[in-house]
Amino acid sequence: MRKVIHSLKVLENKSAGGDNFTLLLEAPEPLPTITPGQFCEVKVDNDPTVYLRRPFSIHNVDYKSNTITLLIKVLGKGTAKLSGIKEGDALNVVYPLGKGFTISDEPKVLLVGGGCGVAPLLYMARVLNEKGIRPTILVGGRTTVDVPRVEAYKEVGETHVATEDGSLGEKGLVTQHSVFKSHLADFKRIYTCGPEGMMKAVAKAAEALEIPCEVSLENTMACGIGVCLCCVTETKEGHKCVCTEGPVFDSTQLNGWNIDKASTCSKPYLKNE
Amino acid sequence: MTDLSVKINKLKLKNPVMTASGTFGYGYEFEDFLDLSRLGGIVVKATTSKHREGNKYPRMAETALGMLNAVGLQNKGVDYFVKETCPKLTKYDTHFFANVSDSTIEGYVEVAEKINELDYIPGIELNISCPNVKEGGMAFGTSCPSAFAVTEAVRKVYKKTLIVKLSPNVTNIAEIAKAVEDAGADSVSLINTLLGMAIDAEKRRPVLSTVTGGLSGPAVKPVALRMVYQVSKAVKIPIIGMGGISNATDAIEFLLAGATAIQVGTANFIDPQVTIKIIEGIEDYLIRHRIKKVTDLIGALEV
Ligand SMILES: Cc1cc2nc3c(=O)[nH]c(=O)nc-3n(C[C@H](O)[C@H](O)[C@H](O)COP(=O)(O)O)c2cc1C
Ligand code: FES
Repeated sequence: MRKVIHSLKVLENKSAGGDNFTLLLEAPEPLPTITPGQFCEVKVDNDPTVYLRRPFSIHNVDYKSNTITLLIKVLGKGTAKLSGIKEGDALNVVYPLGKGFTISDEPKVLLVGGGCGVAPLLYMARVLNEKGIRPTILVGGRTTVDVPRVEAYKEVGETHVATEDGSLGEKGLVTQHSVFKSHLADFKRIYTCGPEGMMKAVAKAAEALEIPCEVSLENTMACGIGVCLCCVTETKEGHKCVCTEGPVFDSTQLNGWNIDKASTCSKPYLKNE
Repeated sequence: MTDLSVKINKLKLKNPVMTASGTFGYGYEFEDFLDLSRLGGIVVKATTSKHREGNKYPRMAETALGMLNAVGLQNKGVDYFVKETCPKLTKYDTHFFANVSDSTIEGYVEVAEKINELDYIPGIELNISCPNVKEGGMAFGTSCPSAFAVTEAVRKVYKKTLIVKLSPNVTNIAEIAKAVEDAGADSVSLINTLLGMAIDAEKRRPVLSTVTGGLSGPAVKPVALRMVYQVSKAVKIPIIGMGGISNATDAIEFLLAGATAIQVGTANFIDPQVTIKIIEGIEDYLIRHRIKKVTDLIGALEV
């Protein structure tokens, strides 16, 4: 898959509730082929304290209008700067990066997202829709504003929501949602993206039922193209780069993600803020 | 026509712009972004005698105009490098240099001997300056006797261009440069990363798993420039300068300070095409100043 550096034109910067916003970006030439789960590296201009590019999942792709959408949560200096970007501005973006989700013909698919981690699941659902598959989507967060873009998810899948304070959907964590607790065995493929604790709980439940589960990891990155070796995660085959050998991994490949072994991995998996 | 070519000992580079070890992979990772054959040279990721897993995550911290890394020489070992990686490099029309590191002198010698056999690797960069490993690495580069000893041992078995990469984490870098010149090095490259540290105040913890790490990027440029200048006064062998170079002006400053060639490191992460822009920028500078060959800039600083 060919990687490109583009100066993308900002067509729209829209709030998605709370600290979340979406950027609709237009490419100057036909988009490269993008797989759901792949990400991009965005250069943040005009702030000397933000030196490195920032990695973001690709939230949506529209080859017809030649646009991609990013769903971003303000977490630090870089994302704060990006939230102020205006229509008509340009963003320097390297993409598409990494290995995305593997897509099968299996019709019974569950997508589980937490917080802003839902981002790559929209494009994933749309690609599944094109194959005639309507996935079940389960999204969660602390409270309503932490579950962005629910309306968009409803269009592409059977969408359920869980919030810890019960302000939207069922009260509790996604793994306590009735769909997850009672119907998990119905699914043949599970894909998840969000906080690590949530993904681990999902992966372990999937493993118990022997359902293949792919997880999308987030790590601090410097290069995004597999050369700095800063973004490694521990796998059964040693250190692997999240940026090129991931961000999507089969959960059974990761160290500390299995049911039998006690979780030894308490490291924070953060994107660059 | 401006002449951009420079010579590192007997080896001719088509221009003075090389890429720094650990920041450009094995080159082919950048193939989508630029024509590798336009580069003066490519120094690939460090190779050690045995496979190394490197340090634990987190290995990186962003800093003001720079970054700290604590990768710790993760690589698959010299045998894998010779068998699997090198054959992929032969199709490009540029010079590939291996970056050689290890924990012991025997380890350095073993790697250098094996790479000496490879026809299309015209030189090695002896990394005696990695701050991110417990044993060896920087320890060799911080005293004159040990820098001399490892360079001399490798010189005995390595017949092609031998570049020794110096650590900035010393009191007097010119002395170390002189020691490796005396031990038979063909060239010195500098600087490797500056030992630094980052702290997460909220968590009251170091950001890096190794507590300390190596600082690179524009933040280190003034220090690097000063060191290149000092070393150029102390040795006769060609100097390859690096540390924070992000554009053609930065590169020219290093040439003026006494470097024959330069390497671009961390800036590749910000703009994967930066090396090409630097080559073009140097050419523009020469034309603008009516200078026929880039070698006229080397050490041309008027003090
Ligand atoms: C992520 C990373 C990995 C590096 N790995 C190596 C290495 O394996 N061997 C080496 O000699 N230098 C290594 N370096 C040091 C660079 O080659 C270079 O000396 C240093 O970064 C200063 O140049 P810069 O400011 O242009 O990056 C590494 C630097 C970075 C940022
Ligand atoms: S971010 Fe550089 S190797 Fe992954």
